[in-house]
Amino acid sequence: MRRSVSIAVLTVALATGVGTITVGQKNILASAQEKPATAEVKIDNFSFGPATLTVPVGTSVTWTNRDDIPHTVVSTDDPKSFKSKVLDTDEKFSFTFSKAGTYPYFCSIHPKMTGKVIVQ
Amino acid sequence: MAGKLKDEILYDHNHDGIDRRGFLKCMAWAGTGALCVMSGGVLKSYSLNRLPEMSSKDAMGELSFVQISDSHMGFNKPANPDVAGTLKAAVDKINALSAAPEFMLHTGDISHLSKPEEFDTVDQILKGAKPKDVFYVPGEHDVLNDDGKQFLERYGKASKGAGWYSFDKKGAHFIGLVNVMNLKAGGLGTLGHEQLEWLEDDVKHLKHSTPIVIFAHIPLWSVYPEWGWGTEDSAQALAYLKKFGSVTVLNGHIHQVMQKVEGNVTFHTACSTAFPQPQPGKADSPGPMKVPAEQLKSVLGITDVNYIQGQHALAVVDSTLA
Repeated sequence: MRRSVSIAVLTVALATGVGTITVGQKNILASAQEKPATAEVKIDNFSFGPATLTVPVGTSVTWTNRDDIPHTVVSTDDPKSFKSKVLDTDEKFSFTFSKAGTYPYFCSIHPKMTGKVIVQ
Repeated sequence: MAGKLKDEILYDHNHDGIDRRGFLKCMAWAGTGALCVMSGGVLKSYSLNRLPEMSSKDAMGELSFVQISDSHMGFNKPANPDVAGTLKAAVDKINALSAAPEFMLHTGDISHLSKPEEFDTVDQILKGAKPKDVFYVPGEHDVLNDDGKQFLERYGKASKGAGWYSFDKKGAHFIGLVNVMNLKAGGLGTLGHEQLEWLEDDVKHLKHSTPIVIFAHIPLWSVYPEWGWGTEDSAQALAYLKKFGSVTVLNGHIHQVMQKVEGNVTFHTACSTAFPQPQPGKADSPGPMKVPAEQLKSVLGITDVNYIQGQHALAVVDSTLA
């Protein structure tokens, strides 16, 4: 009787999931089971902020253009991993990084604007 | 307004009767409303309010054209909420020139977002200008989303590659170059191998005395590399033009007037008809610069160019919309 109650309690604890598994890796399991991590890059004043962003595999990164001039987000690899359409002020572009690696990118309209996403 | 200029020759480096210092001094004057005209190899200047005293042949030279640039049709932020209105004001200014220009050059960023309706609006507005022929080169805002296909369809029918071409007017040779395609991360404007080869071939058989006018969007000299204001491989292009006695380079992109004389080459950038940008290094970034509404037209402008056949340098005059 006691054992089945314990098992029942444990099952309930596992089912609720969030924050109940506490040994060292607090939210990793929760993240994997719930929704993917997200991260933001703000485009303003002809620059990407942060210029270098480090995220875990599976993260969806969203770039938002806060500048008063249009910009693009284009990876420098070939073939291109990602390439946004032109983003006018307040428009967004998202890309989910499913593979680890370093992804340098730039604005194809203003090529001096460069950034990097490091996926670990 | 600057004082009266002297017409003497101080430094005649090329033994062609053209004084580079005088030319530069005159260029510096240009923004205040002076007309500089080549006459018998000597640069003469006239303040605009004394123009009626000149004969129209003196005023006109033999070839007259206008450069406009960076109309950015579709831009609607505080720096200028009415770019159609300021483009119309530029057309009014062109139509009021005493010597009607024969044609116009548009050095790119015709549209702001490469949208069809933006190109259509510019076409409509420019139909109101007296000069009916307009020659275009693309800016980076004109080739978004489609690798420049729409630009080529609209403006590049007689061109090669991404839209480069040349033509002759009254003995002067005009070359439109494209330096806004295939931009590399961290890079500047670029002409590319194919276009450079075409250029070398295009000018190969021209006489050294042929005046050359190059027009392209991004400056062909290093104005401010930190902001991408330069072209990586322009030195190669200029090497092909070394033999010519007179080369005038007309650019846009930086939304302000800048000029430089280097040997036989005069570089010049035009104002935008849409919004100004800060001077190199004077702001965090080269974005649209807001000025009080009543000052806007004084920082936008057109460029009037006159050439007398048989003379060397072209007379380049900037005037603002105010």
